[in-house]
Amino acid sequence: MAILDKHAILEKNVTLLAIFAFLVVTVGGIVQIAPLFWLENTIEDVEGMRPYSPLELTGRDIYIREGCYVCHSQMIRPMRDEVERYGHYSLAAESKYDHPFQWGSKRTGPDLARVGGRYSDDWHVDHLRNPQSVVPESVMPKYGFLENRMIEPAHIEDLLKTHRLVGVPYNDEMIENAKADFAGQIDPDGDTDGLLSRYPNAQVRNFDGQPGVSEADALIAYLQMLGTLVDFSTFTPDASR
Amino acid sequence: MAKQTNKKNQEVETTGHQWDGIEEYNNPLPRWWLWTFYACIVWALWYVVAYPAWPLVQGATAGYKGWSTRANVAVELAEADAANAAINAKLETVELTEVAGDPELQGYATSAGNAVFKTWCAQCHGSGAAGAKGYPNLLDNDWLWGGTIEDIHTTIAHGIRNEEDADARYSQMPAFGEMLEPAQIEQVVNYVMSISGEPQDASLVAEGQTVFMDNCAACHGEAGEGDIYQGAPNLADAIWLYGGSFDTIKETVTYSRFGVMPPMGGADLSEAEIRAVAIYVHQLGGGE
Repeated sequence: MAILDKHAILEKNVTLLAIFAFLVVTVGGIVQIAPLFWLENTIEDVEGMRPYSPLELTGRDIYIREGCYVCHSQMIRPMRDEVERYGHYSLAAESKYDHPFQWGSKRTGPDLARVGGRYSDDWHVDHLRNPQSVVPESVMPKYGFLENRMIEPAHIEDLLKTHRLVGVPYNDEMIENAKADFAGQIDPDGDTDGLLSRYPNAQVRNFDGQPGVSEADALIAYLQMLGTLVDFSTFTPDASR
Repeated sequence: MAKQTNKKNQEVETTGHQWDGIEEYNNPLPRWWLWTFYACIVWALWYVVAYPAWPLVQGATAGYKGWSTRANVAVELAEADAANAAINAKLETVELTEVAGDPELQGYATSAGNAVFKTWCAQCHGSGAAGAKGYPNLLDNDWLWGGTIEDIHTTIAHGIRNEEDADARYSQMPAFGEMLEPAQIEQVVNYVMSISGEPQDASLVAEGQTVFMDNCAACHGEAGEGDIYQGAPNLADAIWLYGGSFDTIKETVTYSRFGVMPPMGGADLSEAEIRAVAIYVHQLGGGE
């Protein structure tokens, strides 16, 4: 009973109890969290990943604001049924510039990790306006108002800087040109060389088919690039990961 | 305090702990529960050794069974591919027009094509293939780019007016709002409604015909019968992709339309899957 007697000292002294409880939780935290910073097998290097362009990043904010993640996941699990329906299973590296990540935990709607290029821009416009017009069995609400809300990139540099602060490699050139890149991505007739050198494989189109940059433009630009950056024809996954 | 007794009416022992004069009865857990608990601990020890478990500094322990989700899914996919390899190889080499003569192949292709259709096509063309505004109905006999099985196969593989595939079917109607007077557009819309048998303003039809012959007939044909080689729709029937009302046709003539279909070839679907879905669409009813 010696150990029990000693334990009574802790139980009778609230400060001591708090200190030792904290130490115990700290050990648990270190064991669970610390290895994630060094584990080499969680994130593998894949070619093609780049930070989001300013327009895509804005679209991503709209995606989060509207709560799309509540019904749509962005995480294809390594299972046959998911791979056959959605495409190659998601890699950790594919969400390395996501702060926060959009993996989600609930699929009322389909997974969107590789929705990019799967449908036309017109389809996205029709589908946002009235999802049931193209998918009658859908229960998705209507988002037609996004088309009518024009956006000015007033704080786009700040947005990029904030993401840089948490580790996304936006360089000074990207931040200087953020406003121009934002507007340039919906103008295929303009000079897009700079945009495409900063954000390789960025898609430059007038996504909603209407003049000006609307929230629908930004959201569709984001959706159309999801899962398209990694070229899986040249990528061999390491089976041990 | 009344002494507690157990089922056999024996007095319950105390644990020996004492706290401010309060004693604790010793009521041990049921044996079966306790042994299940011990069994779980033993199982957990085995699990930790057998499967990936402990995070170490550079990586996690792999486990002696060598289990890996990535390897498992690769094996499952390879098994499915191997099971269908023979019939897929046959499907990829046979002439598309001859599949209908082979009941086994036709049955396989139709079922496989149905699954592909539900995954890749239904979002636009509808789960029953009846289409929607701007997305063609695949059940009828009206084909924009041709309804033979080879035509359908080409359309599925390369898509329409997309940027990804250099072989995509391509045509673009000019926006006549920039070329014709508003009055002329109204005339030609009335003419188009007359040839498709819709009620129209008869006084404008004759002038509309002139406008049509000068501007539209080159693609849509003199009788408005359309041309599948350039994806020009038949205007003489009652089938409309965007709608056949006066306002909708006027909008189409003024601003033109530019429907896009993504290519399914390349990374998305294998040749056997494309052929299967082409066969599925062809047998839906409208195939030529």
